[in-house]
Amino acid sequence: MAQPDPAAVVTLESVSVAYGNRAALKDVSAAFAPGATGLLGPNGAGKSTLLKSLLGFLVPTAGRMNVLGLDVAHAALDVRRRIGYMPETDGHIPGMNGVAFVAYCGQLAGLPASDAMQRAHEVLHYVGLGEARYRNVETYSTGMKQRIKLAQALVHDPDLLFLDEPTNGMDPKGRDEMLELVRDLAHEKQVNLILSSHLLPDVEFTCDRVVVLDKGSVVAQGPIDALKGTRRQVFELRIKGDRAAFAAVLNAAGFECHEADEDVMRVFVPNDQGARALFAMAAREQVQVRHLKPSVPTLEDVFAKAVGEE
Amino acid sequence: MPIHDQSYRRYAGGRESAGTAWMVIARNGILTIARKRLFIGLLLLAWIPFVVGAVMAYLNANFPQFTILSMTAQRFRDFLNTQDFFVFVITVWVGAGLIANDKRANALQIYLSKPLTRTEYIAGKLVILSVFLLLVTWVPAILLLVLHMAFTGSLTFLRQNLYLFPAVTVFAGVQVLLSAFMMLALSSMSKSSRYVAILYAGAYFFSHAVFNVIYAVTGSTRLSWLSLPGNLNQVGDVIFRLHPRYSTPPWASVLAIAVLIGLSLWVLERRVRGVEVVS
Repeated sequence: MAQPDPAAVVTLESVSVAYGNRAALKDVSAAFAPGATGLLGPNGAGKSTLLKSLLGFLVPTAGRMNVLGLDVAHAALDVRRRIGYMPETDGHIPGMNGVAFVAYCGQLAGLPASDAMQRAHEVLHYVGLGEARYRNVETYSTGMKQRIKLAQALVHDPDLLFLDEPTNGMDPKGRDEMLELVRDLAHEKQVNLILSSHLLPDVEFTCDRVVVLDKGSVVAQGPIDALKGTRRQVFELRIKGDRAAFAAVLNAAGFECHEADEDVMRVFVPNDQGARALFAMAAREQVQVRHLKPSVPTLEDVFAKAVGEE
Repeated sequence: MPIHDQSYRRYAGGRESAGTAWMVIARNGILTIARKRLFIGLLLLAWIPFVVGAVMAYLNANFPQFTILSMTAQRFRDFLNTQDFFVFVITVWVGAGLIANDKRANALQIYLSKPLTRTEYIAGKLVILSVFLLLVTWVPAILLLVLHMAFTGSLTFLRQNLYLFPAVTVFAGVQVLLSAFMMLALSSMSKSSRYVAILYAGAYFFSHAVFNVIYAVTGSTRLSWLSLPGNLNQVGDVIFRLHPRYSTPPWASVLAIAVLIGLSLWVLERRVRGVEVVS
């Protein structure tokens, strides 16, 4: 069991959550350090469940959760006072325009009415909805709805933000702008945040650390740079011959092999060996090397290794 | 604020103490509904029986030939009976969408991610509906009592009918709580306010129709506890110290009302959540 990290903004100790008989989180222990942390995992990995448990929406069947030094089981309201939550699905209060909705959320979070209104205008400008703030939220486009969800999460100035798939359904330009906002919040405005996503580039662009979930369990966690690793070289390899068989041989020899685009493999080679080792093995296996190019480790490699994709 | 300052800033102002979010919900809900002209028209319409009652009280107090209009417990009971129609319409109009619309717009996860409990959320919604229901029941009835005393210019009526104040209050309270809790429970069960309205109207009229059919067949009113309005009528008669209109024991009607409120609370407890769990 992981010991609570006093510096962490969120710690989970052996947390299990179930929907009826189906386990959604299994004995999860993790620590989210201050700053921006990505919560990565394929669909159904348990990312949203973890966030909803931290909010107190779901009660774990076992384990303990701490948010900003507060025990979620006993101080859920105090936790929610200090966090902002941007849900994955569209959500708004019916019949309100943008500024009224965000101000209302501010008041619900404890801000006096006049301060809530002032903050609503400010955060709407910040997220790029200044011009549309008097329009009914129900008339907003998908991208605008994502932005207003961020605004309502920010209006009461939380110490920690939970962003659940913030770029869902956005066009490329809107997605880039949203990611810039998230990055700005984390790195320029010093807002701690946990960004849940299955999109690796989003996490890599905005976060310094990552917790990778798969099938309800933590399979990797730590700073992204450290997880990428510097003790190995990466090569992009394309061969003529039986790729599956050659990949099995490479894996058996202690190399690590993942499928990349179409017929390209990414091969991780220990630093004490190099391209020559790959050529030697190819020659031994009578496989023709058509393309061999040095590459750099990416978060995708970390993810692929963590969730066991080949 | 200059454009170059339009960026995210930390907030250093004060915050309200915990447990006040229900007031935010209630205030916002009341103001939203009160802005609708058609609804204001309905409220004005609901006050016509009060105006008629006030005129009757005035005539009775000032002209001896109108003693037939004397204000009695039966008259106050009749007044509240008249208001039943408006209670029904306002319950459906205001209440049907209170939670259903939030469910349709996925607003529950927004509400409950803020520092407020589910109880506070329900309390806020309950206050919205209760305020409007009390505006057409308790407020005009009490005002009618006060007006009657003012017109007669003596405390004799008050001394003789002191129980009318608590009677009006208790009956209006029971009626409002039953209507509001039932409607909120139904509203939490659907994302469509229209469906909720039909469901409530169905429960209201169907239960009474079933009782009427049984009464027509057996000639007995012992099963009035099956009827939603029947229970309120029976309890109302007892509260106003009148002869109960049905042969059902009053405790059975009280029990039926308590069970309905309890059932509504149980439904609300299960349906008002930040996340819907489908097992």
